[in-house]
Amino acid sequence: MKFRLGMPTREAYGRKLAELGETHPEIVVVSGDLAKSTYIYLFRERFPHRFFELGISEQNMMGVAAGLALCGKTVFVSSFAVFATSRCYDQIRVSIAQPHLNVKIVASHGGITVGEDGASAQAIEDVALMCALPGFTVIVPADEVETAQAVEVAARTYGPFYIRTGRPRFPVVFDETYRFELGRAALMRPGHDVTIIANGIMVSAALEAAEILAREGISARVLAMATVKPIDREAIVAAAEETGAIVAAEEHLVQGALGAAVAQVVAETVPVPVEFIGIRDRYGESGKPEELLQKFGLTAADIAVAARRAMARRDALARTPRFLATELRP
Amino acid sequence: MAEESRPQPVPSPALFPSVASSGLFERRSLAELLAPETQARLAAICRRVRRHIVRMTAAAGSGHPGGSLSAVEILTTLYFGIMRHDPSNPRWSLRDRFILSKGHAAPALYAVLAEAGYFPTDLLMTLRKLGSPLQGHVSYNLDIGVEASSGSLGHGFSVGVGMALAGRLDGLDYRVYVLLGDGELDEGQVWEAALAAAHYRLDNLTAVVDANGIQNDDFVARTLNLEPLDAKWAAFGWRVFEVDGHDLVELARALDAARRIRTRPSVVIARTVKGKGVSFMEHNPEFHGRAPRPDELERALQELAGEEP
Repeated sequence: MKFRLGMPTREAYGRKLAELGETHPEIVVVSGDLAKSTYIYLFRERFPHRFFELGISEQNMMGVAAGLALCGKTVFVSSFAVFATSRCYDQIRVSIAQPHLNVKIVASHGGITVGEDGASAQAIEDVALMCALPGFTVIVPADEVETAQAVEVAARTYGPFYIRTGRPRFPVVFDETYRFELGRAALMRPGHDVTIIANGIMVSAALEAAEILAREGISARVLAMATVKPIDREAIVAAAEETGAIVAAEEHLVQGALGAAVAQVVAETVPVPVEFIGIRDRYGESGKPEELLQKFGLTAADIAVAARRAMARRDALARTPRFLATELRP
Repeated sequence: MAEESRPQPVPSPALFPSVASSGLFERRSLAELLAPETQARLAAICRRVRRHIVRMTAAAGSGHPGGSLSAVEILTTLYFGIMRHDPSNPRWSLRDRFILSKGHAAPALYAVLAEAGYFPTDLLMTLRKLGSPLQGHVSYNLDIGVEASSGSLGHGFSVGVGMALAGRLDGLDYRVYVLLGDGELDEGQVWEAALAAAHYRLDNLTAVVDANGIQNDDFVARTLNLEPLDAKWAAFGWRVFEVDGHDLVELARALDAARRIRTRPSVVIARTVKGKGVSFMEHNPEFHGRAPRPDELERALQELAGEEP
């Protein structure tokens, strides 16, 4: 399965934001010296007086965003994901999250597909950090179509948002008729043997994995779950009930983000085996994005292996008397 | 402003009945501020505010009396002379904004807000208690006149810069005041915000430094030297005023001059005494973060007794 390579999701964001500037006079943009890389320069070109450059000072940038929001502005603030989250986490926590302000942190350069810049520039914990803040909505869009939609929804919805975009060009998995719904997964492919839940750049890999599995006669459901928080409980419960085995796939640590949210819902409702595709307790490194995805086990083939493992665990549990089931845990 | 129609995310428990507003506070001219009757009124308010501070922290059994007592004249001058605000309409878009960046001085701010009529003084005794809007460190709540959350130091100053930028963008003539501690100036974020305010020539922003010389563990000079403080601010592009932070006349003159500065932000370095007004709290780092015990409260109230005007 080949997808058309679209634009980077960060570019889709910048284009949409500049467009929204026309219809939403309350939107202002705050920048930390990365306007070109995050594509918010497109907004600056059209609305220079509503664009505030604050230099390389992320702590101040978040506080200024809060102050603008307290005066009724819808504030978009953008930087690389590492700088827009962990670099100024306490500022986000106290100045934005606690008063629940209308600030949209849209970060670029999420995940290891940042590539050559290496570990310090690769945000692999950002989604977990932002999910840990009460009241924050956290979205990891899959492609340019979903990014533009999510940005528009964020602009129209009161409250603090974190949207993670990426550096490389993303495979396009949605067509233009797609309508992103906050907190709702998109069914990308129906299936009844196993469910793959993915977001970000991993959605295309999940769809490729489903193709691989189909060749073996396995019917894999694929859900694109951009909204990590609030998570789509309904879709997860349905997947657990109807397929009995789940794989969560994300370009992030396996802790604290999509996989963790899925597992929590599963544990609370219909406990079925869940496998996790993600980065396991280590930092990234320099390399080409494809090489890194390979090295860190974030490919369609890895997802297919995990899907078979989840199904095998499900089937083993079904065959095994309850008291023996513990021995079969991975 | 869209602000009014936005949902208020921190609901204030309906703990208290509506209060008779003291009415609109207009910006007073320097002549009015220096008039003997105004000065006498401000001095009386300061005395009441100090009594509130020791009572409420004693009742709470915890809190930060030292850095609250040092800020009393600053807050009183701002809320009862310098700023334009309306306690009966805390969301008024044209109000001058005050942000307590040194969020641990919450008791002082609450006492002044209550005196101004934002809520009844009875509520002060609920400080730090479950369900009270009077949180241990200030938490955004326009119902009681608290403009921003703080408590982690350095944050409020940046928020003030954002408000000042918004005011200019919207063509509104409100002014923004931010109160910082001197220990707070250790935070790098403060200097990021100072750079930004000067870069944007935010003449609608005034910072006040409550330079009481003491931070959590020790004296500021022994912890991390800040001097020469005036030269630092000046080098960052700010117009600097330095005053005795307990002298109501000096504060009025500086804050009045600050609001007439054009093309750059202004800072008033207010040299103060931590624990001011209570002999055993003055210059005493112990009372940065400890409430008076019952016997200490008695002594403090005796020292703070004074005739009402």
